Amino acid sequence: MTDTFMGYRRENGKVGVRNLIAVIPSVFCSAKVAERIAYQVPGTVPFRHPVGCSQVGEDLEITAKTLIQIGKNPNFAGVVVVGLGCERFSPYELADGIAPTKKMLETVVIQEEGDSLQAIQQGTKLAREMQQKASFQQREEVPISELMIGLNCGGSDMTSGLFANPALGIASDKVVEQGGSSILSELTELLGTEHILARRAMSDSVANEICEVIQKMENRLLQQTKNSSNKNRNHLISKGNYDGGLSSVVEKSLGSMKKSGNAPFSGVIRYGEEPKVKGLHLLDSPGHDGEVTTGQVAAGAQIVVFPTGRGTPTGFPGIPVLKVTGNPKTYTKMKENIDINAGKILTGESTMEEMGEEIYQEILQVASGKTVKAEILGHDEQFCITRVP
Amino acid sequence: MIEKELIVYMEQETTAGEKNSLVIDARDNVGIALTDLKVGDMCLVSIGNKVVQVELRDDVAFGHKFALKTFAKDESVYKYGEEIGKTTSSVPIGSWIHTHNMYCDRGLKE
Repeated sequence: MTDTFMGYRRENGKVGVRNLIAVIPSVFCSAKVAERIAYQVPGTVPFRHPVGCSQVGEDLEITAKTLIQIGKNPNFAGVVVVGLGCERFSPYELADGIAPTKKMLETVVIQEEGDSLQAIQQGTKLAREMQQKASFQQREEVPISELMIGLNCGGSDMTSGLFANPALGIASDKVVEQGGSSILSELTELLGTEHILARRAMSDSVANEICEVIQKMENRLLQQTKNSSNKNRNHLISKGNYDGGLSSVVEKSLGSMKKSGNAPFSGVIRYGEEPKVKGLHLLDSPGHDGEVTTGQVAAGAQIVVFPTGRGTPTGFPGIPVLKVTGNPKTYTKMKENIDINAGKILTGESTMEEMGEEIYQEILQVASGKTVKAEILGHDEQFCITRVP
Repeated sequence: MIEKELIVYMEQETTAGEKNSLVIDARDNVGIALTDLKVGDMCLVSIGNKVVQVELRDDVAFGHKFALKTFAKDESVYKYGEEIGKTTSSVPIGSWIHTHNMYCDRGLKE
């Protein structure tokens, strides 16, 4: 008997924890029209981004795949694609990529509608219609094996690696043990832990892949810093990290790794793709909070759990981002932004095990509809597609 | 199969009766301040089965590390049971350990 949550079953069998309409621009030029459409219709979310034009090769491919995968995420009952008309990654290609999910799907192209006002009008009508249909759908009980959580930490301090991340690791292990999925990422913050992660791989090929993607990320960083005109920009960890007591990237990596608990790794996910099997995965992404969670949502994550020691308010459009801090002072200061106080371990009010269970129970409740603070306050900064240099 | 990688030991009490520091893994050679500690403060930490008392030679802020032994130059610093860097000089027991006396080849090029 596994735990369950109340979710929205989609046409393709996947399960959403939210029931929203996504308004996705295929190119940055249509971002404002997409925003205006979403502004008019409650229950919709826009995905403003700066990409989709003048890109080539793998960089454009990752943008294209990620936008398609965002549209496929089961938290969205329907998608309105908004294009300009002359962009290299066409809005029809974006819609075609989402179509196999059989969810509600429409495309509005500004240059075909006439102008931005007419495109807003047309998009608003289509979004309104979808929203009305979606509003009728009911939640149903589904096993936790239908859940995929993204793990990401930002604004870390020593309490992240010591309390919040290990407690989240316990919660992540509970999801994975019951057939669910969890995604660790932030490769720039896993340098130096590849041998430990590889030990936890389910097969030699997964172990090799883990070492390979981390090695590639380190090479990329070396390349980026080799001829830097400002040496002060070469630090991989931030001033806040240093002030908090972290002295090296490896020290940060070891704490970062603890978010994934002790479960074995089932595979490595390429950016803009989804895993082939369930279980714990490593996503190939740099450590930027937005790039990480965007890659996780593209992989199918319906919830992101986000430890933050120093405290960050950010969220993701249409995806609950559950904030956990290991720092009791940060919790007191940022109560309106942070959902769970894992600093109770430090103050002796809670054990690590109890905190893991508290985070796990909160994940189940959020999956069943309980809103997180980032959602209520409208935080949506984390949608941010990675670029290939 | 689930493998337990790291264990947190944090049952040490100070004379004031509060936990003021901890050691994460028995292989570690640094302790971590759980509150803002001052020069001369005594830290009682358990490392595996044994208990070690360390008198601080520096102020050590919340979350920062202090030496549990005297380090030679270029000696490995262990936290989470893994190497997080090496010392840039000899470091006496009880000293604050941070970027001023520790370096790490990975991820940082100056």
